Amino acid sequence: MFEPYMLDAWIVATLVALAAGCAGYFVVLRGAGFAAHALPMAAFPGAALAGLLGIARFYGLAVFALGGVAGLAWLKRAQRPDAATALVLVAMLGLGALFLSLSGQYSNAVYALLFGQILGVGAADLPPAFGIGIGVPVVLLLCFRPLTYSALVPDLAATRGLSGAGLDLLFLGLLAVTSAVALPIAGALLVFTLMVGPAAAARNLVRAPLPALGVSIILALLIAWAALALAYLTGLPSGFFVGTLSAAAYLAARLTRRLSP
Amino acid sequence: MTPALNVEGISVALGGREVLRDVGFSLAPGAFCGLIGANGSGKTTLLRTILGFTAPSAGRVTLGGAVGYVPQKLQLDPDMPIRARDFVELGLNGHRFGFPFPSRARRARVEELLSAVDAKTFADQRIGELSGGQQQRVLIAHALIREPKLLLLDEPLANLDLRAAAEIIALLKRVAAQGVAVLISAHDMNPLLRAMDRIVYLANGRAASGKTQDVVRTEVLSALYGYHIDVIRVHERILVVAGEHGAHGHEHVAAIP
Amino acid sequence: MMLLQPGFLASVPVQNALLIGAGAALLSGAAGVFTVLRSQSFAGHALADVSSAGGAMAYLLGISPLLGFFSLSVLGALALEVIGTRRAAERDLAAGIVLGAGMGGTALLLYLDVTVKGSAGAAVSVMFGSLFAAPPGLGVAVALGALAGLLGLGLIYRPLLLASLDSELAKADGVNTRLLGTAYLLLLALAVTLSAMAVGAILSTALLIGPAAAALRLAHSPAAAMGLAALLGLFCAWGGVWLAYQSYGWTPGHVWPVSFFITALVLAVYAVASLVRRG
Repeated sequence: MFEPYMLDAWIVATLVALAAGCAGYFVVLRGAGFAAHALPMAAFPGAALAGLLGIARFYGLAVFALGGVAGLAWLKRAQRPDAATALVLVAMLGLGALFLSLSGQYSNAVYALLFGQILGVGAADLPPAFGIGIGVPVVLLLCFRPLTYSALVPDLAATRGLSGAGLDLLFLGLLAVTSAVALPIAGALLVFTLMVGPAAAARNLVRAPLPALGVSIILALLIAWAALALAYLTGLPSGFFVGTLSAAAYLAARLTRRLSP
Repeated sequence: MTPALNVEGISVALGGREVLRDVGFSLAPGAFCGLIGANGSGKTTLLRTILGFTAPSAGRVTLGGAVGYVPQKLQLDPDMPIRARDFVELGLNGHRFGFPFPSRARRARVEELLSAVDAKTFADQRIGELSGGQQQRVLIAHALIREPKLLLLDEPLANLDLRAAAEIIALLKRVAAQGVAVLISAHDMNPLLRAMDRIVYLANGRAASGKTQDVVRTEVLSALYGYHIDVIRVHERILVVAGEHGAHGHEHVAAIP
Repeated sequence: MMLLQPGFLASVPVQNALLIGAGAALLSGAAGVFTVLRSQSFAGHALADVSSAGGAMAYLLGISPLLGFFSLSVLGALALEVIGTRRAAERDLAAGIVLGAGMGGTALLLYLDVTVKGSAGAAVSVMFGSLFAAPPGLGVAVALGALAGLLGLGLIYRPLLLASLDSELAKADGVNTRLLGTAYLLLLALAVTLSAMAVGAILSTALLIGPAAAALRLAHSPAAAMGLAALLGLFCAWGGVWLAYQSYGWTPGHVWPVSFFITALVLAVYAVASLVRRG
């Protein structure tokens, strides 16, 4: 499974796991699980529209992911942020249904965008993957303390001049970019699952912030690699392994914490 | 000596309702002052105005230096991977962007604050798992780490049992002794009676301030409330009671804290 | 233009679609009010996503899609309960984990649908629905399911309302909030299943949250909100079916997807409700 043609898949899986594992720590810390699910899904009609218009996929994905951020930020001021998130999500998915139907891209496209086709990545996917695999962790680390502080105690952070809304926008924007890049190569499910499972497991295993971030990244890498290897060996879809391995990691971490004194 | 806090005739209106009217007082460094009033009397609004969250419609607030703020309660998920010591450190650099490299000097400073508030025994536990009194200590260390001239505390005793409350008061008294002006809001003045040397009493959106024995008197509070108030002292405790000549015409002998 | 094209109501697929849409919209609208009140939108959406695995399974095993969707969304509801729903923050994480595992299952089953059964269109119809292609008996089954769900919702209405407003208060009044929460999640699973029959798994959230959120902006009591949400949902579902029927010929050779129209109407209804409230 380490043949030359598999090399790109390994590199891309590693980079996506780096970005998702790192972003996931903040997703869990900031209670942004629903948004992290909604943004990759919101990006998805962008790919369908790009197909319809005959433009590069990335532009469609980026426009829709950022549109999703704008929708979330705008509706968040409403009373019920979770219902607002759900409405942004279905608005985008409804458009996705239309674009897919109009473009005649049927099941294959839906399947690839939702569940990924990581075994099929090529050299062209490498530059954007390097962009998020390195860029996202660097930006998040630069904002590590403010993002943590404003998530924990928004009031206190505000006394020190941190704008909760501004940091929210920055964070959601990063999630959107990650989604737009990772969606066509890894699929919406894989991106989201790698954002939630490892980080949720990590906080049951360690108590301090930086180690929790580290464990989250390591678990994301292990899950991504294992899923790729299993997908290669069995011929079954990688999304299946990522989803089940993430849930297993979370349950194992909870059990470990309960059993440890 | 410049005061640590000077509040000059501030009025604050929220949603068209005047919450504070012409409130003025000042605190010298090292003052230990209770901000006393019933729920809804404007204590939190006054604190938020001092912090700059709410703009007064008239008057102004002058500060003698940095302000430390201790919110009433942490609303935290107990599983958050943040230890007490991490939280104290955020007081120092939580607002700074940049790579979070560890530093020995910062670590020593955090250690110093943790021992100052007697929090070393639980410094490595998740902050969400600590008791109310323990969280209060961590919050105070978090506020003190930047060496403020003024420490504001929003109802720090509200969720504590008597013993934990007494310990927190003793800790704050030590803080004041080092020259930090301490302003504590509370709906019951009694736990603070021995500790505080000044009081700001809020009622009807107005304030009376000064030494406790000068403010908590029948004439002063009656003028503040706008109807007859009896101040009764029992066993070194003070009861503020609406008297028989209540403005609303009915007798209620309920303690107004 | 004639409002109803000749043959609209006489067409059997249309009758079937109208019946499925009505059942889905009525139960989802009413149940959705509690989903919004209890801030469980993510859990509701997670159940829908998990149910897609059941839809894919139904193709593989050749069983009724209703049974497939329902069995998996019930499984998802039980998983949510087991993982623990003690705290709001933990609840969102649990929803995320269950969603990820469930969709992983969907990935596998859809893959098998294509490779084993050769059902190439499974992904689209499971995820986005194919209302006009629903099997003929499905309409009646959905209507019966909706009836049962509404009955169940009526039975637990009062304690559920109390628990949704203040769970401590409900506990003090002797309500078993844990059991009630589970019963409610099972009803939610049913509502999500029926909506998935109409608009597909990942869009079923539209019928669950949209009409309820709109109704809660307008109505002054929970019961009125439930009634209004059911009616708004019905309007969207039937309006969507009608528009899709009309859309034949808008673009060459296409009927635009019903799911798109239903979702668009749901969002329009929500936008109008927000404007009415503000104006």
